[in-house]
Amino acid sequence: METNIIELKNIKKCFDDTVVVEDFNLAVKKGEFVTFLGPSGCGKTTTLRMIAGFEFPTEGEILLNGKDISHIPPNQRPINTVFQRYALFPHLNVYDNVAFGLNLKKLPKSVISEKVKKVLEVVDLEGFEKRRISTLSGGQQQRIAIARAIVNEPDILLLDEPLGALDLKMRKEMQLELKSMHERLGITFIYVTHDQEEALTMSDKVVVMSDGMIQQIGTPEEIYNEPKNAFVADFIGESNIFEGKMTASMTVEFCNAQFPCVDNVPKDTRVDVVVRPEDVEITAPEKGQIRGVVDSTIFKGMYYEITALCGDNEVVIQNIRSAKPGQEIGMRIDPDNIHVMPAGVMMNVFDGIITKDGRVAFAGGNYRCDLTQLFEGSRLIREAAVLTADGEEVDLTDMEVTVEVPVKAVSMSDEPKEYRANGNIISFIYKGSHYNYTVRTATEDDFVLDEDDLWNEGDHVSLMIPEDQIILKRRQG
Amino acid sequence: MIMGVFRFSRKQLCIPYALFLVCFVVLPLAVIVYYAFTDGTGSFTLANLLSFFTNGNTIGTLCYSIVVALVVTAVCLVIAYPTAYVLARSGLKRGPVLLMLFILPMWINFTLRITALKEVLTLIEGNLSLHPFLNTVIAMTYDFLPFMILPLYTTLLQLDVSLLEAAQDLGAGPAAVFFRVTLPLSMPGIVSGVTMTFLPAMTNYVILDMIYNSTYIMGSLIGSYFNIYDWNNGSMISLILFAGICVVSVFTGKVDQSDLDNRGAIL
Repeated sequence: METNIIELKNIKKCFDDTVVVEDFNLAVKKGEFVTFLGPSGCGKTTTLRMIAGFEFPTEGEILLNGKDISHIPPNQRPINTVFQRYALFPHLNVYDNVAFGLNLKKLPKSVISEKVKKVLEVVDLEGFEKRRISTLSGGQQQRIAIARAIVNEPDILLLDEPLGALDLKMRKEMQLELKSMHERLGITFIYVTHDQEEALTMSDKVVVMSDGMIQQIGTPEEIYNEPKNAFVADFIGESNIFEGKMTASMTVEFCNAQFPCVDNVPKDTRVDVVVRPEDVEITAPEKGQIRGVVDSTIFKGMYYEITALCGDNEVVIQNIRSAKPGQEIGMRIDPDNIHVMPAGVMMNVFDGIITKDGRVAFAGGNYRCDLTQLFEGSRLIREAAVLTADGEEVDLTDMEVTVEVPVKAVSMSDEPKEYRANGNIISFIYKGSHYNYTVRTATEDDFVLDEDDLWNEGDHVSLMIPEDQIILKRRQG
Repeated sequence: MIMGVFRFSRKQLCIPYALFLVCFVVLPLAVIVYYAFTDGTGSFTLANLLSFFTNGNTIGTLCYSIVVALVVTAVCLVIAYPTAYVLARSGLKRGPVLLMLFILPMWINFTLRITALKEVLTLIEGNLSLHPFLNTVIAMTYDFLPFMILPLYTTLLQLDVSLLEAAQDLGAGPAAVFFRVTLPLSMPGIVSGVTMTFLPAMTNYVILDMIYNSTYIMGSLIGSYFNIYDWNNGSMISLILFAGICVVSVFTGKVDQSDLDNRGAIL
């Protein structure tokens, strides 16, 4: 049981010039239920299609039972797929749909009909053989799609958001059914979804992906309780994310207070702190580690969701007891429940080039900045030329430089300016007192920045950077 | 009491179309039926019907027309299917433009097109009367090809890629994918293409006249009766062809509905 049935090694996939999946390393054991989880466009479906054989990796290899299958076509792989919109053949009835793979293998008619009968029992659709596909409900089509795949007894069953088209109740039912089917059949399942609850419910192992890269691999418990970074914490379940700093190796400061924690991180490291809403305890104001004022209370059935303001920071709490807006409360967090993780990007780094009018072009925009920082003690003599401390005149036109822009320096505007870099917001995370945005430009450069206001994913924005905040460095070599 | 107020309902929307139908379809058809079952003096007779089935010339022409139409349809299909397939499925950036190149000739009056073709054929063959059958097939194929390509193109364009992937996934190689999925799913396109080619090919004798062709098809036969003012026999032949078309339409309509769920080709 402990052998790896499939291994993906250093997989990279590009479409034209766009990198869709990068640095993908994963080993799946026989019989495991593995889920690729991530927002749309994170590369999870592309990865699945590479395993199925519909796409070939640009780099890296896929090993099935130790053999490289990276470039063999899908019809020669012992892997079957349940497609997102089922992809049942409309010109065939239920029986012929399920028997499609077996017919191609030229099995005897009696064997085929026996197997089809059995598999229709597995998916609870006995007696549907002669029905036309168009007469089936969404849930029934779903089951037929599963039956059509598992009847071939594949080594691996791939499921591409198979429950996406079903309504909530049906989806919950199918989740449990898939899980028990997995246990009965013993086939390895690789499942793709953007629904974190689905992933946590069904999987043995969850692969959280974002932006073509694996963010974390672990059991549902590990992913939920020990998220590796702010993205995972934000994507899985609800969480409070704060920016903090280590004040001693086991003490972290955030929300203007010191908290003991269990992570051993060197003093003065900047960190992100994640606290689950259910892990914040409400106490009397004087007994809490921090104090706050209740801003709102929402009844959620099983619990109240209380938002408290603690200075600049918003703290979301889930508690079975209510609290009145305006009430002052204390809050305590158990050291075990404080998750400290490396801080996100603090500095945006780009490749730039100096234009002939003395601006620096990078990430699709061009900004005026202080060119004298390239040569210590120099001064500007023309638009794109400096006089160095040694009295040498240097023409900087077309010089390639490294541009560094601190996260805190960038701000967004919805008013486009010709010279400014512009792009779309691809993701954001709420960090207690502000939002942390990632903006991707048309040149595929990412800006990370903080803003107090809430923008939407996909918004088109132009980026403002004060000229004295841009750091230029000469490129080596 | 609201009496005599004009109430507008959806049903009244069909009045213009009903009028059109009566004037241009029902009445002419009634005239044809009248002529078909009367003789020169206007009294009822079945002689026209009998003469259709007893006149060896008529039956021979019918068989020959069917053969011509079958060959033309087959040639059109053989040329059109791969063309439509490549245009619709190979992801050519200029697919729609290339399609226009095939469809564009339809915008030119067909007498002009056939005249041009006649000149080209004369240049190649010299005397056009030496290969009557070949010229018939070439001219008709040339004229009807767009009507075959267009419905096929539309059907193939709508083909769901995930179905082809599903077939591959289940172990089908390229040939099996084509014969088990692509071809059956493009049946609606084939059916409408065939309908739009086969029936005109049996009757369109103007094309043949224009290339000085002696080939005699059903259309030519009707034309020759009408030319000598024998409305009765001409009408009977038209009526019998019409009945044939009805039978074929009912048959193809059934294929469209029962075999393929609402995947009919749109032209």
